[in-house]
Amino acid sequence: MLTILFDGIAYGMLLFILACGLTITLGLMNFINLAHGAFAMAGGYITVVLLNRYGVSFYLCLPIAFFAVAAVGALLERTLYRHLYDAPHLDQVLFSVGLVFMAIAAADYFMGGQQQLINLPDELRGRFEFMGADIGRYRLFIIGCCAVLAIALQLALTRTRFGSQLRAAVDDGRVARGLGINVPLVFALTFALGSGLAGLGGAIGAEMLGLDPNFPLKFMIYFLIVVSVGGTSSITGPFLAALLLGIADVAGKYYAPQVGAFVIYAVMVLVLIVRPHGLFSREGGR
Amino acid sequence: MIGRRALIGLAAGLAMTTSFTAPAISQETFKVGLILPMTGPFASTGRQVEAGARAYMAAHGDTAAGKTVELIVRDDAGTADQTRRLAQELVVNEEVDALAGFGLTPLALAAGSIATQAKVPAVVMAAATSVITEESEYFVRTSGTLPQSAVPVATWAGENDIQSVVTLVSDYGPGIDAETWFTKEFTDNGGEILEAVRVPLQNPDFAPFLQRVRDAEPDAVFVFLPSGAGSLFMRQFANRGLGEAGIRLIATGDVTDDDILNEMGDPALGAITGHFYSAAHDSPENEAFVSAFKEANDGMRPNFMAIGGYDGMQALYAALEKTEGDTSGDALMEALKGLSWTSPRGPVSIDPETRDIVQNIYMREVKSVDGELYNVEFETYEAVKDPVKAQAAD
Repeated sequence: MLTILFDGIAYGMLLFILACGLTITLGLMNFINLAHGAFAMAGGYITVVLLNRYGVSFYLCLPIAFFAVAAVGALLERTLYRHLYDAPHLDQVLFSVGLVFMAIAAADYFMGGQQQLINLPDELRGRFEFMGADIGRYRLFIIGCCAVLAIALQLALTRTRFGSQLRAAVDDGRVARGLGINVPLVFALTFALGSGLAGLGGAIGAEMLGLDPNFPLKFMIYFLIVVSVGGTSSITGPFLAALLLGIADVAGKYYAPQVGAFVIYAVMVLVLIVRPHGLFSREGGR
Repeated sequence: MIGRRALIGLAAGLAMTTSFTAPAISQETFKVGLILPMTGPFASTGRQVEAGARAYMAAHGDTAAGKTVELIVRDDAGTADQTRRLAQELVVNEEVDALAGFGLTPLALAAGSIATQAKVPAVVMAAATSVITEESEYFVRTSGTLPQSAVPVATWAGENDIQSVVTLVSDYGPGIDAETWFTKEFTDNGGEILEAVRVPLQNPDFAPFLQRVRDAEPDAVFVFLPSGAGSLFMRQFANRGLGEAGIRLIATGDVTDDDILNEMGDPALGAITGHFYSAAHDSPENEAFVSAFKEANDGMRPNFMAIGGYDGMQALYAALEKTEGDTSGDALMEALKGLSWTSPRGPVSIDPETRDIVQNIYMREVKSVDGELYNVEFETYEAVKDPVKAQAAD
């Protein structure tokens, strides 16, 4: 029982790390970036190459994945994404789905179609018993990372100057510019942050979820579920949503394996019926 | 829309003129339309099968019975309607003499009616659900079926002190096949199935299923998963300490796919699997095949799909020799039935009744050989037929 709860929390946390970047681009920048998974995949492949081919330490790979993918995100934002900020949502969807397919083809070309595996350091392998529950070391590591990340993000967005600049820029770009806020820079940085988080999620998730060129499509549904259930107005919403979905998914599969795969979708449908804008939504928000 | 139609018409017209201008060549070539998933989630299957087929042609030349054999590779991206459309195009436009490939069961089934109507032999080089060869009289299989591997694993388990088992399979055709036939053989021999767990095909996390296995405390867990998911499973199996809890891992060879076995690392050590091909199979034919294959493919190790492609070409070459160059579908099918040869995997033959392959199933253990992980064979079940059709015939 406790083991299942623990596994569910770890799985939910992993979903959160992967989806929180999307919360930022979708919720704060109001841009539907379905290519989010492609950034996550990039992070995963960077880790695989550094770790397996060059022997770089796993702990070092994670920040590298974050910054490298953030840099790629910033580059793409400057060259491609910014032209579509004012475009209708359908255009954004088509554009980002196009990027996904290009990313898949590129990953297949350079890395091959097979499943990539990463070799974790010894201290993250295996498990131990604690109060009758089986604790997987790596899962504990994920939970730790995620907790730190969630708190840091929440503080950064609500308590820092950059956070308020960002919110101002999103709410009314013209006025924000009039007040001397460098709106394009704020957007570029935010987009880079969102992409970087995706890259970090891909790097951390590669061990549990696997990594192959189809990663962006396989997990796109999960990102979208987390964001739509959580609402896009805060970090807390997706955080709780990811937890809820992770636990529901793992528990559903454990206690009722025949229907387990449907539980996550059933939860989503229920939440959206009761609260169409997600668990936490800002009234009047865009 | 009109513009596109016109373009297609133009392209078709061009294709026809070219085929009319060179009739002499087309009579002397034997065209094989190879339909495989070369992109998408099953791209690694396509890559292996194609490389296997090309390896055969590289080793044995591109002529058989005086005809030049030509491979035409088409990518169906793993979707059945594409397979069907490509099969039709290959038959109608390219006038292929044989179809081949078929990475997954639904893809093979989709092409079955085309093969029947066009009377063109269709060689199944990878798909592994038993029922495929019953879909069309023109199907012949050079890979294997899942029950063919699952039954010997069950027999072996019964003989080796495994009394209770939890089965864990992917929830689709081949998985259900594997579960059904493992269970039947294992319980017939007095074993007990504690629980049958089915995992959704698109499943990111095995934690809840593994925990179920652990809580049931069986002697062993029998696993079938497609190869990519299999490698993730092995990792999580080890991390969850199921091995320490005394639960052995027995599986069909898909789980310890040679293509990625080496990257699975230590968690894979000791896994017992039953299958028809291991890259470590000890025979001069296999040694030659593996080294030629690796050389041609940048060090990639051949797996059971590559051998399916290799033997598929072998079967077509042999059939063509037997008909002395007669390429009519019915003559080729007659020639294919009952063929036997020595493959890199060991002695094989085509069952004249079912058109399915008859082959040895080897029990293997994952061991480290010269610093690389291999499936090392330690026991052989000779000339195993597909048990599903063997039982139906009784």
